Amino acid sequence: MRIDDLLKHTSEWLKGTGPNSNIVISSRIRLARNLSGLPFSHWAGKKQKEESLETIKGALQTSQFLKKATSIDISSLSSIDKQFLVERHLMSREHAANPELSALLFDDKEIVSIMINEEDHIRMQVMQSGFNLTESWRITNEIDTELGARLNYAFSSKLGYLTACPTNVGTGIRASVMLHLPALVLTNQANRVLQTITKLGLTIRGFYGEGTEVQGNFFQISNQVTLGRSEEEIIDGIERVINQIVSREESARKTMFMRSKEKLIDRIWRSYGTLRSAHIISSNETIELLSVIRLGVDMDIIKDITIPVINELFILTQPAHLQKMEKKVLSPQERDLKRAEIIREKLGG
Amino acid sequence: MLCDICGKNDATVHLTEIVDNKMTKLHLCEECAKKKGAEMEEHFGLSDLLAGLVDFETKVTHKKELKKKCARCGMTYEDFRRTGRLGCGECYATFEESLVPLIKRVHGSSEHLGKVPSRVSKPVKVQASQKKIDGLEELKRRLQRAVKLEQFEDAARLRDKIRELEKKK
Repeated sequence: MRIDDLLKHTSEWLKGTGPNSNIVISSRIRLARNLSGLPFSHWAGKKQKEESLETIKGALQTSQFLKKATSIDISSLSSIDKQFLVERHLMSREHAANPELSALLFDDKEIVSIMINEEDHIRMQVMQSGFNLTESWRITNEIDTELGARLNYAFSSKLGYLTACPTNVGTGIRASVMLHLPALVLTNQANRVLQTITKLGLTIRGFYGEGTEVQGNFFQISNQVTLGRSEEEIIDGIERVINQIVSREESARKTMFMRSKEKLIDRIWRSYGTLRSAHIISSNETIELLSVIRLGVDMDIIKDITIPVINELFILTQPAHLQKMEKKVLSPQERDLKRAEIIREKLGG
Repeated sequence: MLCDICGKNDATVHLTEIVDNKMTKLHLCEECAKKKGAEMEEHFGLSDLLAGLVDFETKVTHKKELKKKCARCGMTYEDFRRTGRLGCGECYATFEESLVPLIKRVHGSSEHLGKVPSRVSKPVKVQASQKKIDGLEELKRRLQRAVKLEQFEDAARLRDKIRELEKKK
């Protein structure tokens, strides 16, 4: 598949299906692995990076999970293409920033993606729609087992899988869940709930992971601890916490509907109206308003749009996606125009 | 809205910074945001947090310690403090003395209880006293421990893993 073909697809994780998909947007498992005997990618010389790249590519070529995968050399990409892949959550910002001798593989549904020579030699991720960590882990685990039989991983019986950063050592696993919590935010409960989370060894990030701000009531929650617990224990721990947050959000939605129904409905339809009529719109305003109308659809207040359309708009209205659709570089002002146009088109404004 | 830094271009990037519970908002144009972005990443990188912990946890003040060098990849302890990243798997053994307390602080443990690769060629010996252990022996050891601690779910899982590995032999 060519990168441009991705524009015609919606990634699997945006389909709005799977358990609790009214609140849990997506689930993701990421594993960090390294080859033994070679320096980690960030510390490796050119020859060593070539070696890790070729070795891993070779092992992946015959993988039964990645038969039809698209393989891309990052250094061959334009800066817009790199940003485009980051916006689709197929690779990290760090990977885009260090393109030399690094590669990306992903399947056509965009469920599995593998970064070669990121900070670690291998970063594999499985991302799915809804609350589905167990299933994501099952797939990740199979791919890892297959790869582990072909490659010599850097591993210590005491510390587990050895990673460039000691914060990933052990299982190398990062399980994360993207949550949409508008009712907890509107009823001023979000801070309290989320503060408790950090005490349980979990971290909260924005839509685009580490270093990004929380926007539009979207919160990405993931485990901090990777050592001293098995993968299943780590996933179980995060699942329990997420279940509680989901039920809190559900009851906040009900309370809001009972106590301030008119105010809520007014806000939802106004947001819908703005999105359908705006001719200039920033990405910040877009995300805030899309969040409100997503709540409207979830609560059955808006009936003529579907969740996948809204989910898709979150990604399509990102800067690189707008520029790919327009096939040229756009200034921020031009993007605000194009963004409003796409939204009107998709929402039938 | 104009950019807070140059005051010329329209602000399209909005940042929120929280320092000592005080929130400040910055509105920047793309150009200034890029400059600021590079600064911010350096400032708030995880590596700095780690480096801070390193100093806090261990009293590595001797120049000798800082100059300690990994025989395989050439990384010095000073390099690690600066970047927050290790150079290769062997570094974990080289800098064990200072690393293990740091790892314990981050993870609350320094013992791997997760998956074991089917192919463990030359395991890095992190504990100097530890003998070479292959995946199977390690699993058996854990099974015994799980039984002792009456963690029967874990024990059953380990037992299945051991059977699976033994079948492959």
